[in-house]
Amino acid sequence: MALFKRKKKEENKWVKCKNCSETFYVEELEQNHWICPNCSSYFRISAANRIKITVDEGTFKEFDTRMTTKDPLEFSDLKPYKDRLKEAIAKTKRKEAVVNGVCKIDNEPCVLSVMDFSFLGGSMGYATGEKLVRAVEKAMKLKIGLVIISASGGARMQEGILSLMQMERVSAALSMLSKKGLPYISFLTDPTTGGVAASFSMLGDIIMAEPNALIGFAGPRVIEQTIGRGLPEGFQRSEFLLEKGFIDVIVERKDVPKYIGKFLRFFSENVKK
Amino acid sequence: MFVLDFEKPIYDIEERINSLKHMAEEKGIDVLEEIEVLENKKNSILEEEFNNLSIDKVIKLARHPNRPYTLDYIKYIVNDFTEIHGDRVFADDKAIITGFGYIDNQKVAVLGHQKGKNTKDNLYRNFGMSNPEGYRKTQRVMKLAQKFNIPIVTFVDTPGAYPGIGAEERGQSEAIARNLYTMFETEVPIIVTITGEGGSGGALAISGGDVVGMLEFSIYGVISPEGCSSILWRDVSHSIDAANAMKIGAKDLYKLGVIDEIIKEPLGGAHRNYEEAALNVKKFIVKNLNELTKLKKSALLERRWRKWRNMTTQLL
Repeated sequence: MALFKRKKKEENKWVKCKNCSETFYVEELEQNHWICPNCSSYFRISAANRIKITVDEGTFKEFDTRMTTKDPLEFSDLKPYKDRLKEAIAKTKRKEAVVNGVCKIDNEPCVLSVMDFSFLGGSMGYATGEKLVRAVEKAMKLKIGLVIISASGGARMQEGILSLMQMERVSAALSMLSKKGLPYISFLTDPTTGGVAASFSMLGDIIMAEPNALIGFAGPRVIEQTIGRGLPEGFQRSEFLLEKGFIDVIVERKDVPKYIGKFLRFFSENVKK
Repeated sequence: MFVLDFEKPIYDIEERINSLKHMAEEKGIDVLEEIEVLENKKNSILEEEFNNLSIDKVIKLARHPNRPYTLDYIKYIVNDFTEIHGDRVFADDKAIITGFGYIDNQKVAVLGHQKGKNTKDNLYRNFGMSNPEGYRKTQRVMKLAQKFNIPIVTFVDTPGAYPGIGAEERGQSEAIARNLYTMFETEVPIIVTITGEGGSGGALAISGGDVVGMLEFSIYGVISPEGCSSILWRDVSHSIDAANAMKIGAKDLYKLGVIDEIIKEPLGGAHRNYEEAALNVKKFIVKNLNELTKLKKSALLERRWRKWRNMTTQLL
């Protein structure tokens, strides 16, 4: 028994790269910002790890930690939505697909919302939307900039129309923020699609993206089915969007705090406190 | 003419009534009594059937090929309408109609999805599925409406925004996102009517208004029932389960606080009487226009912010 336990613990220290199949020590990956030391592909990372590599150490103060959805539609597909939620909560130790906090990035104070792809694919339900709206309101109250880091497949189907409404709600809140002259930096990570791409993600004063992140309105499979043929190489990746003029800059993981800090500073200097 | 399976008994009775009338004319017999019996029968079938339609039938009505579309509503509701075209950047999107005219004596800007009436027309209209240009055209018209202080009415009827290579290349997500944002910021009253299919982000793009009404046999959802079924059930055959689970009908959406009003349709559906359907839509628009145009700009915008800020918050 003891032997088995130790073995499991040992296994947890190893992570396999989905791209090149090499395995690495967790510590090694952590030090490398969760980028494969062998093939340089980016691992998808949890909100906690994202915060760790982005935010100034010890400055992150989370808020709205307990907000969660109540399954108002009593939705059930092959499995009840309630069960899916329970699993997601148990797996991620989070109650929603977004984490809100006030923090400093590169010594600049800001409100930060980080989506967590491991929570139901980062999908946006009505509590997710509410948290995002509250993050915008917090930024307005504190008169500081807002940073949203997206990682989401889009709207959460199990919340039907309620999830669709969040697109308008968060966009409306961002319009209020903009009127106050406060900056909003949108940072897109793999993947940012559907209702999240088609709302707040694309509304940043500055839109940054990680290399090779999937970003788009419709999923590649849906497009393939619709047009009846394959898609070009690199389609809907960050580099493609940069080329087409829809994002401002692609930033390596290690440089992210520096870029966010620069933009926040640059745009906040004239904000009246 | 296109007839749905559950509409067939009604059309059969109507056919019998017509042939009776024809016979009466030809042979001079009195058939009023027989006709009355048939009319009563027809109406009781209609009332029984349509008072509590299951969601699969509502979907069929919402997508009925004879259903009135934006241009039909414009014809009955908007006087002196002039369509304007193009996004000034790339193209004119035929899946979205924009223009200016009058409702009674009130100037209005009109935005609406447009489906085709037949295959050829549908190819021209891209089945009511807009590309980014459509949403950039609506942004342009919203800005014009704001500049000249003209209220906006929108008609929503689309399977969704078009999922294509060109659409992605030209920023479908940015176009929709910017529309949501621009609509919220536009400082004139905005009245939204969902007239058929309210398909996902493509529908929401012109639905973020001050008042949202929905025709009783329309649908409005985050994804099509077929799409939801194929993702969550991994098989398209569960689309009715998906439709029921997602709650896409007007009554459910009203209960959830997502829409403000359900607009009555003529007995048997909007396609059976365009004029009556349009009159009901017009009443809804005029009533709300009268109220909203009385508000000061600041009050209008505060009301709009409260509406969207608080939507779904009560469910937490």
